[in-house]
Amino acid sequence: MMSSQAVCQPADEFDALKERLSALCDPEIPVLTLEDLGIIRDVSREGDAVIVTITPTYSGCPAMDAIASAVQQVLDASPLNGKVETVFDPPWTTDWLSEDGRRKLKEYGIAPPAGSTSKRALMGDYSETVSCPRCDSTNTKVISQFGSTACKALYQCQSCLEPFDYFKCH
Amino acid sequence: MDAQTQQDLFEYTLRLGDDALTLGHRISEWTSKAPFLEEDIALGNIGLDFVGRARLLLTYAGEVENLGRDEDQLAYLRDIRQYRNLLICELPIGNFADTMARQLLVDAFELPYFQALSQSSDRTLAGIAGKAVKEAQYHLRHSSGWVVRLGDGTEESHGKMADALSKVWGYGPEMFITDEVEQRLVDAGIAVQREELRDGWQAQIERVLEEATLAVPDVSWQVDGGRRGEHTEYLGHMLAEMQFMQRAYPGLQW
Repeated sequence: MMSSQAVCQPADEFDALKERLSALCDPEIPVLTLEDLGIIRDVSREGDAVIVTITPTYSGCPAMDAIASAVQQVLDASPLNGKVETVFDPPWTTDWLSEDGRRKLKEYGIAPPAGSTSKRALMGDYSETVSCPRCDSTNTKVISQFGSTACKALYQCQSCLEPFDYFKCH
Repeated sequence: MDAQTQQDLFEYTLRLGDDALTLGHRISEWTSKAPFLEEDIALGNIGLDFVGRARLLLTYAGEVENLGRDEDQLAYLRDIRQYRNLLICELPIGNFADTMARQLLVDAFELPYFQALSQSSDRTLAGIAGKAVKEAQYHLRHSSGWVVRLGDGTEESHGKMADALSKVWGYGPEMFITDEVEQRLVDAGIAVQREELRDGWQAQIERVLEEATLAVPDVSWQVDGGRRGEHTEYLGHMLAEMQFMQRAYPGLQW
C-alpha cells in the first residue's frame, strides 16, 4: 500500500508522482480514490524506473482497463520512467477498503461492506447486517446479489423504502 | 520449466480459458432477454466474471506457449477442433431452467475446484483461481437459489426444472476426468485432481435438489470429448457468431 503522508513540498519527483497517483479516482465510483479501494498495491523504484502495481477487484471488471490507462497517463506525464504491472495474488478484498473510503461511500449513498471477509462464513451465510446509507436503519432486504457494477448488490431499505447499492463484502 | 511441462501447462491453461470463454459467451446471450431486469443484470455480471477469467487465462496461456499469441488471437482465430472446453460449457442457453441447471452443475464444481487450484504451485494460476473462488460463491448461491425456487415452485416450473436437469446431467461427468496431461501437472503440484471432488459435488447437488423437491436425474448416458477438440454441433454456430468480426476484418482492433 502507498503511504499517504501529507507532504506540502514534495521532496523529489518520486514523491510528487506518488501524490498524483494517490489522487486518482475510481472511474465507476468517483468519490473513492484507487488508494481508498486498495487497487494500487505498490509504487516502487527499480533503478531509474517506477513500477506501479495494481490488482483487479473482479476478474471481469470493465473499469480495470480505464484504471490502468489513467495510471499510465500520470506516469507518462512524469519525468520518471514508469510502467503499470498487474498482479492477482493475493486476491483483492474489501478488507483493504480504507476507513475513509467506507465513510465516503456511505456519504455517496452506497452502503459500505459490512464486516470483514475473514470473519464471514462462505456458503449461504446471509447474516451480514446492511445498514441503509440514508436513514441508518438495519431493516433492509436484498433485492439482487448483482447490481449496477460487479462490486455492488441491490438492496432496499424497509424503513425509508429507498433502494440503494451495497458494496459487497468480497 | 522443461518442454513437456510447458506444453502441458499451455494445454491446461487453454482448457480452463476455453471453459470460461464459451460459458461466459453463452451467459452473455441472455443480455436484454432475461425474465426481468434484476436477473438480466445478474446474468450480465456473471457472464462478465467468466469472460474476465477467460481473458486472464488465455493471456497466460499465450505467455506460456511463447509463440506470440495473445488472448484475442487465441479466442478469435482458433477453429472448433482447436477449442478445448468441456462440452457442458458450449451447450445452448435453452430456456431459463436449462441455463440454471447447467449453471448449478458447473458452479458446484468450480467452487471447490478453484479453492484447490488457489493452492497451485503455479502462482499465476493460483492468483487467478483465488479471484475465481470469490466469484464462484456468488454464482453458486445464485444458481442454487433458482433451482430451488423453480423446483419447489409451480407444477410447470418443477416440470421444466426436472426436464432441464435430465438433459444436462450426462454432460456432468466430463468435469471429473483427469487425463494424462492434467495428471502430470497434478504430480507437479500445479493442477487439481478432478476425481477427488466428485463425492463432495454429488452431495452438494443432492442437497440443493432435495430442497428443490427434485429427484437426482436417472440418466445412464454420458459424453465427453471437449478436451480432445471433439465438440457438439452447437459450438461451431457459437464460434461463427463470436468470431465473426475478426474473421470478416482480420486484425481489427477496438
